[in-house]
Amino acid sequence: MAKTAPRRSDQLADKVGEITGKVQDSQAWNSIFRPGSIFRKGYTDSPRNRSYVIMNSVLYHLHPVKVKRHAVKVSYTLCLGGLSFFLFILLTVTGIFLMFFYRPTAAQAWDDIYSLQTAVAFGLLVRNMHRWGAHLMVLSVFLHMARVFYHGAYKPPREFNWVIGVMLLQFTLLLSFTGYLLPWDQLALWAVTVGTNMMGYTPVFGRQVRFVLLGGFEIGSNTLLRWYVLHVLMLPFVVVIFMAIHFWRVRKDGGISGPL
Amino acid sequence: MTEIPEHLRKRAEAAKQKAEAKKAAESGAAPAAPAEGAPAAAAAAAAPAGGTGGGGDRIPAHLLDRSRSAAQNAGLEVAAPAGAVATAVADARPVASGPGGHTQRLLTVVKSGSIQDVRATPQDKVHTWPHLLVAEFVAALLITAFTFIFSVFVNAPLLQLANLNQTPNPSKAPWYFLGLQELLTMFHPMVAGVTIPGMGLFVLGMAPYVDKNPSNKPEDRKFAISLMTVHLMFWSVLVMIGSFFRGPGFNFVFPWTSGLFFEL
Repeated sequence: MAKTAPRRSDQLADKVGEITGKVQDSQAWNSIFRPGSIFRKGYTDSPRNRSYVIMNSVLYHLHPVKVKRHAVKVSYTLCLGGLSFFLFILLTVTGIFLMFFYRPTAAQAWDDIYSLQTAVAFGLLVRNMHRWGAHLMVLSVFLHMARVFYHGAYKPPREFNWVIGVMLLQFTLLLSFTGYLLPWDQLALWAVTVGTNMMGYTPVFGRQVRFVLLGGFEIGSNTLLRWYVLHVLMLPFVVVIFMAIHFWRVRKDGGISGPL
Repeated sequence: MTEIPEHLRKRAEAAKQKAEAKKAAESGAAPAAPAEGAPAAAAAAAAPAGGTGGGGDRIPAHLLDRSRSAAQNAGLEVAAPAGAVATAVADARPVASGPGGHTQRLLTVVKSGSIQDVRATPQDKVHTWPHLLVAEFVAALLITAFTFIFSVFVNAPLLQLANLNQTPNPSKAPWYFLGLQELLTMFHPMVAGVTIPGMGLFVLGMAPYVDKNPSNKPEDRKFAISLMTVHLMFWSVLVMIGSFFRGPGFNFVFPWTSGLFFEL
């Protein structure tokens, strides 16, 4: 047995190599990965391949091939912008899971959440992650704003990106607030009542704003449907567009600011 | 190739001239002659070394002579100064074609700073992969792990079914709006709920257009930093009070005596 073992493993290695070669030569494989992609040629650590990792992948939409040395220092950014973005992705993933079990009507919403927590595998865990992730995102967006201000990173040429960032902060708050109503429990109902009563005091068209947002004079099934659509579709759609502009401007304005 | 910067060379020349003039004045000799001779001597000295310094643009005489005689030997005309292509440096003399019928000739040597404006200074950069991507990946893993573990141990609240006829006491907005709710106890709802936050957000968005100070150094922007810190503290304190120090009827309570009236 001891003699045949290495020969078998050699044969296996040859076979694997042969199959790998065939797959990597196939049209399907080469249509998926761009010329120069490390998945076509294999990766060995070299400056050229380090560039190819970014240049020949979708990451090139987000990052340039090279960044300023101080920009990779965690102590400068504290990763807050990236974490906000990552939390947004985490919330999208967990939110899609929750959507499978939730109907936005006054008669069913609370029961759906309740049975999600008690009868669906990992339902409680995913709902917890969605809720805590949302609070974390509000926090990280807020801290990101503070960090950017204290570094003076809103100064020319980055003025407009700051304005976009302030809008993203507002959208984050709105996303969190619209999601707050959806469990349709006492906490949700009365927190939103307090919030929307304040909106009703907007000068000139306050009552109209409140009526449109609530879909009536008081919170009910219409409100739930409206806030559900706002929460899962409209606000994320707008936020994604603004985030795309935000990230694009970061690069166009010469990468992140600094060093101080 | 090292090159003496223009301003340094000029400064050195001026200093030399001054020293020469001073020496001449002391020795009582006529100041004009040595003072004029000095820069010429300096330029002549710089010519072989730098090649591009003030008078050093001139092609050395022995090379000119050699090329001229070579051209005559080959039966070619020596280009007259008037027929030469206009050159940037007035006293750079043209050179005829070489003995082998060379068609190129050196028109002039132009210092790089005079026609190209090179503003890009090389920056210290690193590859995004692995330096940035690894940091981002670790940060993403950590936040996921934190959210996951926190979610395993702490459940999100789910109170009783919503009931419009039963108002809980106190009724509180989500925590990030509790600062506004706190203001509501002091001002008219239009001021507390719309005017103050609206103005706050507007001013926040306008910050880069209001703050004209170009520096991003903390020591240069004490006013901006103080203002922002006061602003952030203002909201944080209001949110804390609204979250932890408000009980039934939104009255002021101490959480360590009356308990916590706060849900996330």
